[in-house]
Amino acid sequence: MLAFSQPLKASGIIFNVQRFCIEDGPGIRTTVFFKGCPLRCPWCHNPEGISAAPQIVLSKTRCMNCGSCIEACSTCAGDHTLENCARCGLCAEVCPTGAREMVGRTWTVDEVRSMVLRDRIFYDSAEGGVTFSGGEPLCQPDFLIACLQACRSEGVHTTLDTCGFGARDKLLHAAELTDLVLFDLKILDSDGHLRHLGAPLEPILENLDALIGQQQRIWLRLPVIPGLTDTDQNLASVLELASGASCIEKICLLPYHETGVSKHLNINKNYDLNLVSPPSDQRMREIAAQLSDAASEVVIGG
Amino acid sequence: MNERTERLRQESLDAVPCISSERAELMTGFYEENHGKYATPVMRALAFEHLCRHKSLWLGDDELIVGERGPAPKATPTYPELTCHSLEDLRILNSRAKTWYRVPEQVISAYEKTVIPYWRGRTLRDRMFNLLPEQWQNSYDAGVFTEFMEQRAPGHTVLDGKIYSKGFIDFKADINQSRANLDFTTDINALDKAEQLNAMDISCDALMLYAQRYAELAEARAEAAATEKRRLELLQIAEICRRVPAHAPRNMWEALQYYWFCHIGVISELNGWDAFNPGHLDQHLLPFYEKDMAVSTLTENGARELLECFFVKFNNHPAPPKVGVTAAESGTYTDFANINLGGLLHDGSDGSNEITHLLLDIIDEMHLLQPSSNMQLSRKTPDNILDHTLRVVRKGYGFPSIFNADAVVEEQVRQGKTFADARAGGCSGCVEVGAFGKEAYILTGYFNLVKILELSLNDGIDPVTRTRLGPRTGTAANFETFDEFFAALNEQLKYQVDIKIRGNQIIEQLYAADMPAPFLSVLIDDCIVTARDYNEGGARYNNSFIQAVGIGSITDSLAAIKRLVFDDHTMQLNELVAILAGNFTGQDVLRQRLLHRMPKYGNDIEEADELMVRVFEAGFAAIDGRPNSKGGAYRIEMLPTTCHIYFGSVCGATPDGRNAGLPLSEGISPVQGADRNGPTAVLKSAAKMDHVRTGGTLLNMKFTPELLAGDEGINRLGQLVRSYFKMDGHHLQFNVVTAKQLRAAQAAPGEYRDLIVRVAGYSDYFCDLSEALQEEIITRTEHQGF
Repeated sequence: MLAFSQPLKASGIIFNVQRFCIEDGPGIRTTVFFKGCPLRCPWCHNPEGISAAPQIVLSKTRCMNCGSCIEACSTCAGDHTLENCARCGLCAEVCPTGAREMVGRTWTVDEVRSMVLRDRIFYDSAEGGVTFSGGEPLCQPDFLIACLQACRSEGVHTTLDTCGFGARDKLLHAAELTDLVLFDLKILDSDGHLRHLGAPLEPILENLDALIGQQQRIWLRLPVIPGLTDTDQNLASVLELASGASCIEKICLLPYHETGVSKHLNINKNYDLNLVSPPSDQRMREIAAQLSDAASEVVIGG
Repeated sequence: MNERTERLRQESLDAVPCISSERAELMTGFYEENHGKYATPVMRALAFEHLCRHKSLWLGDDELIVGERGPAPKATPTYPELTCHSLEDLRILNSRAKTWYRVPEQVISAYEKTVIPYWRGRTLRDRMFNLLPEQWQNSYDAGVFTEFMEQRAPGHTVLDGKIYSKGFIDFKADINQSRANLDFTTDINALDKAEQLNAMDISCDALMLYAQRYAELAEARAEAAATEKRRLELLQIAEICRRVPAHAPRNMWEALQYYWFCHIGVISELNGWDAFNPGHLDQHLLPFYEKDMAVSTLTENGARELLECFFVKFNNHPAPPKVGVTAAESGTYTDFANINLGGLLHDGSDGSNEITHLLLDIIDEMHLLQPSSNMQLSRKTPDNILDHTLRVVRKGYGFPSIFNADAVVEEQVRQGKTFADARAGGCSGCVEVGAFGKEAYILTGYFNLVKILELSLNDGIDPVTRTRLGPRTGTAANFETFDEFFAALNEQLKYQVDIKIRGNQIIEQLYAADMPAPFLSVLIDDCIVTARDYNEGGARYNNSFIQAVGIGSITDSLAAIKRLVFDDHTMQLNELVAILAGNFTGQDVLRQRLLHRMPKYGNDIEEADELMVRVFEAGFAAIDGRPNSKGGAYRIEMLPTTCHIYFGSVCGATPDGRNAGLPLSEGISPVQGADRNGPTAVLKSAAKMDHVRTGGTLLNMKFTPELLAGDEGINRLGQLVRSYFKMDGHHLQFNVVTAKQLRAAQAAPGEYRDLIVRVAGYSDYFCDLSEALQEEIITRTEHQGF
């Protein structure tokens, strides 16, 4: 008995909890962002969520050049490029403007639960609730499952936003505790997937099959990255994949946007997609029309 | 709008606000001739009658509803018996950059030759300032509080449904009955009461006379009418003016015209605050609308036209001009007539109806500055009414504002009103709660919470004027604990509230004795039955409000003091006080830390919100339940109008990182830009205050149009509103910002830090986005939604 009542994993690394999220599932939601991701999507708009460990983020526009960080630093004094950074976090503690921030810290399940419950009164209508996103929540599977259990026991609607890359048994366990899965599809060709995203496609598709086999409620989400995910061939694959699975309720087309650019700069990373422009409305409508048979609802946006 | 109402609306928008000396001259002439002949209430009533008999009448070419306070739209009278403008005041009104009123030469000369020579030294304001103690004057001069009644009369009230079933002939019968009930053998106040009733009686005749003059004017105009259609309209106007206000109205047109005569009567008798207000207009009009439609004497378009003509009349009446501090605390043409929609019926059932939708359409289509409008949203109000309201809100006019009708009832029942009276009540002015038609609920002045903080940090001395205003409660160096410091703050607070209330009592009693309002008293229960004037406690309920300003600023300041000085011991309180005195000169790092790294109200963080509650409770304890001089009690309100700007200008730098002279937080909103956890956190923080024990609170929120786009956006906003009201929040008002404002946000990001924009797939704070992304969003805003 004791074994069941003990939390699976009582803490994990979270890099943000965002309240009043309105595009991560139905209603008004609180989204919990897990740190760490197995994929390397070049368009990533949360690059600070890729690394599993806490890290320093610097927003240069907010920096007042007061030098407090240099004074406080234990290892990389005077080095603002972050490359030598030992991630001690002292600079963020003293930064007066909050330009330096330690992104990612350990949260207990109880902390997550009580943060999620803060907005409970707003969830009640239109099945609002909590969404676990990232990064990739399946990178911390036991913590994820514990969080899902905690929220579910409070009667909060649970959504899991996943790239689908993770251990099958953990995913299926998590799905049992999840009201809705937002399953992200990107490039549906094995070579392309491996080349652009740095991980194989097959385990993702097998996981999706497994969820469909469980009749899990699913919304497929496709980021529309011109030239990468909106090719005729890729769209045809999405159509084929989605058609016939009645538990796929909706396909959400997420137009590429350039938020990631400044965020990459903030963590001192290169951004490789500078030549891509966001798709036009017209183009988004065309894609929606192309996929209209894939699910009962195809929407632009979350 | 049809062609007529389009034209009337445009004429109203184009009309130039100006000063008319007609009322001042009529009053001066009447007082010169009659002063000393009559008891004060009778004198006031006869002066009102003199005005109704002699004031010039305006009947615009296309009008269907008639009656203007001045000789033409936006020609604004003055009230020299209360406060007499000096020539300098008039010149300032004419030339000031904002909310100016043109002052014709003829007005200057009338003031110079007639008005000023008679009224100088005789106005209520002159007497008031002679009577108010020095201590009051010092606190007033330093900006601890303002005083509403120094230039304008108590008013703040709203009409209920009584005029829709009773004419003024019926009110005269009630007055006669009350007179008959007086017993001179046992009642030592019988003569006073008889004179009050005589005054009310004269006031009834005066308004009927005014309507009669309009009937005659309309008939005369009919003879010369350019078209047959207009001739018939004018004849109908004449018939209506002979019918109302003498008798109860029989149809919607008569009902609207009747209310409007009452409105003109109230705002001509005195310059009471918040003009006057029909209250639950949709509820009052429904029986007439249904009846007119059933017998086919009215179409929906006809009803729309009448209502639009009615709305234009409000817009023709800018607030009577003020000068000095009072102008700064409320610098606007708006006179705060605030029409209530929806709400509850007397039996507690849903009060919304088809006229609610009609009025929402009109509010949307006309979007006039006046009248203001609000939705009284009960848990019983259907979602389609909320949806319609939010679709208007989304247009970005900032109205209708939305009130929690259930909380509004609870607030009033706590004050001892019956459920039926509370449900027939609602909100007026900004957010004030009252029992319509039965209550004198008077705002007495704004109260500067941040100045109290300054006094407690400086041993009772105002650091800006360097005057001792409060008791010695200890210097900053002497406080050992935060609780000790808070006790000093509480003592300064109570001391200043006492000063304010002592002044209020003098002013209330002055108005009761010298400035009765017999016409208004006819309309408010139970003035006739008790034979007492509205200003003397004749209303069934009498609440006086003190409106606290700057709760966000004082909370954040206290949170910073507590954290830095008493919890972390990073610095001494007297060091901080010295830095504040220097307005953070050479202390930018500290100032940034105060701005960005301290707990802030509005983020659903206990560390800050607990202090907000503590300050609120201290204010509540100091104010609520204290007796006023009309048999009622004082209540606390949390609203600023524009006073947070004035109060900020008289306060030095504060521990929340605010520089000297900058605005304080407004209403119960967080300090501008201090809320960083999104709208749900703001609502959670604000709801920690116990709204039900206030007389009203004000919360403003700012959204971009994109966030509210589509049915989804309306649903989300509806969920926010309903959730806030589930937590007993009192009022919500939304700003929906445009690209132009986003540009302004780029130019001055510090003032827009709380601005939320939709980015793509998520929302973020506008000022946190890279410049390129900001540019991109601005472009998108102008051309498309997300």
